[in-house]
Amino acid sequence: MKVTFPHMGSLAIPMKALLEEAGLEVVLPPPTSKRTLTLGSRHAPEFACLPLKINLGNYLEALELGADTIIMAGGVGPCRFGYYGQVQREILRSLGKDCDFLIFEPPAGDFKGLASTCRRLFAGCRPAGILRGAKIAWAKARAVDKLWQVSLWARPREVERGRTSKIIRKLYHKLDQACEMKRIRRIVREGIEELKSQAKGEPKAHIALVGEIYVVLDPFSNQYIEERLGEMGVEVSRTIYLSQWIVHHLVLPTFRLHRPNRSLGLASGYLNYAVGGHGLETVANTVLAARRRFDGVVQLAPFTCMPEIVAASILPRVSKGEGISVLTLFLDEHTGEAGLVTRLEAFVDMLLRQQRQRRQGHGILSWA
Amino acid sequence: MGYYLGLDVGSVSTNFVLLDKEGKVVWDLYLRTEGRPLVAIEKGLGELAKENPKVLGAGTTGSGRKLAGVLIGADVIKNEITAHAVAALALVPSVQTVLEIGGQDSKLIILRDGVVTDFAMNTVCAAGTGSFLDHQAARLGVPIEEFGKLALKAKEEVRIAGRCAVFAESDMIHKQQMGYPTEEIVAGLCSALVRNYLNNVGKGKELLPTVVFQGGVAANLGMRRAFEKALGTKVVVPEYYSVMGAVGAALLAKEEVANTGRSKFKGMNVANWENEAGSFECPHCPNQCEIVEIKQEGKVIARWGDRCGRWSNVEVAV
Repeated sequence: MKVTFPHMGSLAIPMKALLEEAGLEVVLPPPTSKRTLTLGSRHAPEFACLPLKINLGNYLEALELGADTIIMAGGVGPCRFGYYGQVQREILRSLGKDCDFLIFEPPAGDFKGLASTCRRLFAGCRPAGILRGAKIAWAKARAVDKLWQVSLWARPREVERGRTSKIIRKLYHKLDQACEMKRIRRIVREGIEELKSQAKGEPKAHIALVGEIYVVLDPFSNQYIEERLGEMGVEVSRTIYLSQWIVHHLVLPTFRLHRPNRSLGLASGYLNYAVGGHGLETVANTVLAARRRFDGVVQLAPFTCMPEIVAASILPRVSKGEGISVLTLFLDEHTGEAGLVTRLEAFVDMLLRQQRQRRQGHGILSWA
Repeated sequence: MGYYLGLDVGSVSTNFVLLDKEGKVVWDLYLRTEGRPLVAIEKGLGELAKENPKVLGAGTTGSGRKLAGVLIGADVIKNEITAHAVAALALVPSVQTVLEIGGQDSKLIILRDGVVTDFAMNTVCAAGTGSFLDHQAARLGVPIEEFGKLALKAKEEVRIAGRCAVFAESDMIHKQQMGYPTEEIVAGLCSALVRNYLNNVGKGKELLPTVVFQGGVAANLGMRRAFEKALGTKVVVPEYYSVMGAVGAALLAKEEVANTGRSKFKGMNVANWENEAGSFECPHCPNQCEIVEIKQEGKVIARWGDRCGRWSNVEVAV
C-alpha cells in the first residue's frame, strides 16, 4: 500500500510523520503547482471550488508517482466540502484510475465509521508505531504553526527583504526531516531565535486574515498573500491554524468535550448561527479584529464558496458597525498576480491614509 | 518651466499627461495599448519627446505600472485605486464617490473627508467595461463615439439582461430581431450595465454625492444618464476623465519629488533608447514561474515573475 493525501499548506509535514511512523509507505504529491491546477481543473466540475480542483490535481500527480491509496477528510454541514471525498473518488473512477479512497468522516456521535476507516488504513501496523506517529505528528503540527506565527511577526520587521521567507522554508525542511521529539523542540527553539534576531523595524499596519480554512492555510491557493503583505511591511495575524483546528474539531469532540468557542459569540447581532464552513468564524473574527484595534481585515474565500458568500454579504455591516476596513478576495484558477497585487496595494495605501488621518486630524491631503 | 509626467498603462489604453507646477494638465495623450504595452509606451515617449518638456518627476500607474516605471525611472509606481482617487480629489475636492470604468475593469472608490474609506473592483466579469461596449457598438454597426449619443435619442428603453455579457448579447440579438429601434436597445444596454455595476461592484456601499464618473466609458453619454437616473443625483465628469489615472500618477510624483528632493526620471533620452522584453520559464521547481526580463539598451534593467527571488533579486544594472 502506497498512501497519499492532498496538500493543504504545510499539512504534509505532520501527516507524513504520522503515516511513516505507523509503518506505512507514503507517496507525497509534488508541491502544488500550475500543472496541478491545470490537471485538477480539467477533470473537476466547472462550478466546484478551488480546493476540490487542487485536491484532484494532487491525487493525479501522486498516482503518477505510484500511489495507490488516497486519504481524504469528509465533513458534515452546509459546506460542499462534506462530499468532496465522494465526488473526487467518482471522478478518479471515471478516469479509470485504480486506487483505494479512504474518507475520514468526522465522528458525529458515531465512532463506528471512523474506526473502521482507521482499521483499513492501519491494518498491519503496530499500535506502538501508530501512537508514536501521532505524538510526533502532533508535535510537528504545533511546531509548523508556531514557526509560521513567528514568521508573520518577523516578516514586516525584517531588515533584508525576503529573508524571513528563506528562513521559514529552511526550518520547514528541517522539521520534515526530524524524527525525534528532542530534535523538533530544538528546531522550534532555534528557529524562533533566528526569525526574531533578523527583525528590527516596526510594521506599518496590522491586518487580520480571515476566511475559508483551505485558502487561508494554503499559500499556493491564496497566491502567497501573507508573504506579499508582510513584504509590504504589514503584520498579518492569521485566525486559523491547523493545530488549533485539530483541537477544536477532532480532539475535543472525540472526547465529548465541546469547549464553547467564546469568540463566536462576538458575531451575535451580525450572524447568530453557523452557516457552514468558516462563515461564522469569519464574521466573529472580523469583529474581534476591530475590537483588538487592527487596521484592517482581509477575507479569503474560494470563488463560489457559499458560507463565505454569506459572510461577505454581512461584512459591510460589521465594517460599518465596528469601524474596520475589510477587503474580500475571491480566489479561483487565475494565477495572474496583477489583480491581487493592485487590490492589496490599494488596501494597504488606504489603511495607511486612514491611520495618518486619525493621527493628524482631518483635512490633510498628502498621499506620498 | 518644469512639468510632472504621469503614465497610466492599462489593458486597453496607455495615457500620458504633463502637469504644470500648479497641477494643471498642459498636455495629454491617449493611445491604444493593443496588448503591447512596451510598444505603446515607446510610441508615447516619442510623442512626448517632440514637446521636449523639462520633466521634474514622473509617476506610473495601471496594470503595466511596473514595466513603465522601470523603463522611464519613475519616482512613484502606484496602484490605480490610489491614483484615481488622488486625481478625482484634486479636481473635485468635494468628491465622495468615484465611478471608474475602463477597458477591462471597473472600480468604485468611496471617500469621506478626502480620504479613501472603501473601494471595490469588478472581480469575476468584464460586462459593462469598455471592451464590452466596444464590441457591442461594432456589432450594432454604430461608431463607439456615437454609441452614447444614440441612447439619449431613445424615448423608451428595452429591457436587457445585465448580469453577464453573454446573456446581454443574446438578449440584444433577440430584441433586434423583434424589430426594436437601435437607440432603444442601446439605451436598454446602458441601463443594464449600470444595474450590473451597482449590484456587483457597488454591493453594500453607500454612494453619496458628489459623484465623479471617470475612465474611458465616461465619454458615453448614455452611461452618464443611466448612472444619474439610477443614483438620483448629478454625475460629474471631469474634463480629463479619460486620463485621470495618469493625472493621479503625476500628482503623486510631484509629492514624492517634494519629499525626496530629486527625481529618478531617466530624462527625455529614454525616448530614443532601445527596449526589449523577453520571458522564459524557470526550470528550477515545479512552479514553473514565468520570468519576465526587461532590457534597455541591451542591459537587463529588471526581472520579475518568480516566487522565490532567484531572478528578481539578482543585481541588475539600473
